[in-house]
Amino acid sequence: MRQRSQALLALFVILILFIGYVFLYDNPVLGQPAYRMVSLGLDLQGGTRVVLQAVEDPETGPVTEEDMVKALSIIRFRVDKLGVSEPVIQRQEGNRILVELAGVEDPGKAAELIGRTAVLKFKGPDGEVIITGDDLIEARAQFNNRNLPAVALELKPEAARRFAEATTRLVGQPISIYLDDELLQAPTVTEPGIEQPEISPYATIEDAQNMAVLLNSGALPVPMEIISNRTVSATLGHDSIQKSRIAGLIGVAAVVLFMIIMYRVPGLVANLALAIYVALVFFTLIAIKAVLTLPGIAGLILSIGMAVDANVIIFERIKEELRAGKTVRSAVDAGFSRAFRTILDANITTIIGAAVLFRFGAGPVKGFALILAIGILASMVTAILVTRYLLRLAIDAGWLNSPKAFFSAGRGR
Amino acid sequence: MKIMNKRTIWFSISAVMIAISIFSLLTNGLNLGVDFTGGSFMALTFEREVTLAEVRDVLADFGMAKSGLQRDQADPATVFIRTPRLDEERRVEIIHALEERVGDIVAEDVYMVSGIISEELTRQALMALAIAAVAMLVYITFRFEFRFGLAAIVALLHDALITIGFFSVLGIEVTGAFVAGILTVIGYSINDTIVVFDRIRENVKYRKKETFAQVADKSISQTIVRSINTSLTTLLAVTALYAFGGRTIKDFSLALMVGILIGTYSSIFLASPLWVMLRERGRAAR
Repeated sequence: MRQRSQALLALFVILILFIGYVFLYDNPVLGQPAYRMVSLGLDLQGGTRVVLQAVEDPETGPVTEEDMVKALSIIRFRVDKLGVSEPVIQRQEGNRILVELAGVEDPGKAAELIGRTAVLKFKGPDGEVIITGDDLIEARAQFNNRNLPAVALELKPEAARRFAEATTRLVGQPISIYLDDELLQAPTVTEPGIEQPEISPYATIEDAQNMAVLLNSGALPVPMEIISNRTVSATLGHDSIQKSRIAGLIGVAAVVLFMIIMYRVPGLVANLALAIYVALVFFTLIAIKAVLTLPGIAGLILSIGMAVDANVIIFERIKEELRAGKTVRSAVDAGFSRAFRTILDANITTIIGAAVLFRFGAGPVKGFALILAIGILASMVTAILVTRYLLRLAIDAGWLNSPKAFFSAGRGR
Repeated sequence: MKIMNKRTIWFSISAVMIAISIFSLLTNGLNLGVDFTGGSFMALTFEREVTLAEVRDVLADFGMAKSGLQRDQADPATVFIRTPRLDEERRVEIIHALEERVGDIVAEDVYMVSGIISEELTRQALMALAIAAVAMLVYITFRFEFRFGLAAIVALLHDALITIGFFSVLGIEVTGAFVAGILTVIGYSINDTIVVFDRIRENVKYRKKETFAQVADKSISQTIVRSINTSLTTLLAVTALYAFGGRTIKDFSLALMVGILIGTYSSIFLASPLWVMLRERGRAAR
């Protein structure tokens, strides 16, 4: 019994060292240190975040759902052109679009490009502009008279005349369609004097629809105003990570020392449980692909404080039971079952708060609330399952034979 | 421990702290950052330590001599500039002018917030606070009873108000992260209070001839080691964050430090005496 428990405890320590190794160093298990697998927010890796707000145009009336869908696809098109890896483009409440770009060279330019009115041009082979986006009333995807997917263009009367003239000149030659100076397509003119052109064929009707959206996007369907815009340099992001890492290490070291000084062997047990807690939180973050931001790190460090709290409540309860004259083993059991209800009520109340923050808070507050909630749940699991199991092992291993082991040096009772 | 029979003293201390907070909020107000007022913020690191006057001269040419200028204490070559809202074009012009006349710049952190967003932030924070308070009150009433809930919520508002008041008295700039800080203080405060109330609830159940005040005193002396140890460990972690964390995290951790101290105080010296008062008043009425 005793040897088995000692072996199990040793196994536990090895397991924790292994988790620490996988977490911090290059390893064959994951192919990289686990901490690198956590997605970092803009404030930690540098980048740009722009929030665009669709503004009602008094001439065309309120912003419609259709406007927003169009605007989103246009902005996606523009962002894709920037060649940024994994951009975030999100529709938000209140007719807003959020764009997040990591590692842009010139963020000011990026923001300007995303929000500006795009230019659509139809150019002849010599580069002369035949019509522009302003001349286009609407582009529609449809099946043409040979039942092939096509895009029909409706032009303003004056532009239609110009287009007819141009096509008369250019039969058999291509007309190039540019959006923001990027060539979209260069269909060939098949007959002279076209006033209402049709581009065909497309492989599928979806292709035709995508083209129609891009053509309609010569301009954003509604004016978009940049209502907030933040750019963090990569160096500042890197600096924040470094500082947070140092703060985290020092904070954890202080907590670990404090627990050992205050609670000795049980304190040591709590620290082992704490290591498992940190691993649990990080692997949850990786699993649910949460984005870690600066407030998130703060939530993490705070939740470590709360994780320790659960252990403190349990140990104080055990001490009370010991003072009442119980044996170590029954004091541990009674302490846990009594502390359980306290921890449950206290933590559920805090989780309610975190849930409200998550539901009603904006971006950074949301990230903070999510990590706080994950942290509290993980701390309950580790305090109630892991600490308890380890304490029992320690008792079986003969490390906690006398009640004195629970009282800090010199304080007795 | 005899805390309940001196409750007039504790109530007075809380009342004075609240009065100072309210007075300061009415006279000084809060030093609101760009997140709340709307406007533009730039953290610019120059190639050398520049004087604020050099920077102000350039800004004056853009009609913005009154911009808020401040040196980063952690890095003297970095200057923080707060201006009314700038569009991209104008911001680029200003940075070019600064590079030409003062020196090369790395723009560390640049942001712009419009009035719409800043109003939303305040409204959302207040709404989140109100909803959280009601939701927690409901839970505590369900698990404990209404008087516990009421006392806990009063303590929570007390903690939030005094923490905000602290920032007002010292005139420390308040940013978006501060909101997260206050909301965390609330979570911490309620957590701390519940642990004490849980013990009172338990002791009331096994109560024989003790008064409610005696029960509360006993419960506090049973939980005070835990209250202090938990506050100390959390404070250790948060102090590390304050001392070694970056600029953006400093005001957040300061709010937490103040809030944790006040929250620990209020669980013992405000929430519990309040509960005793509500309890005794209820009995007197019957």
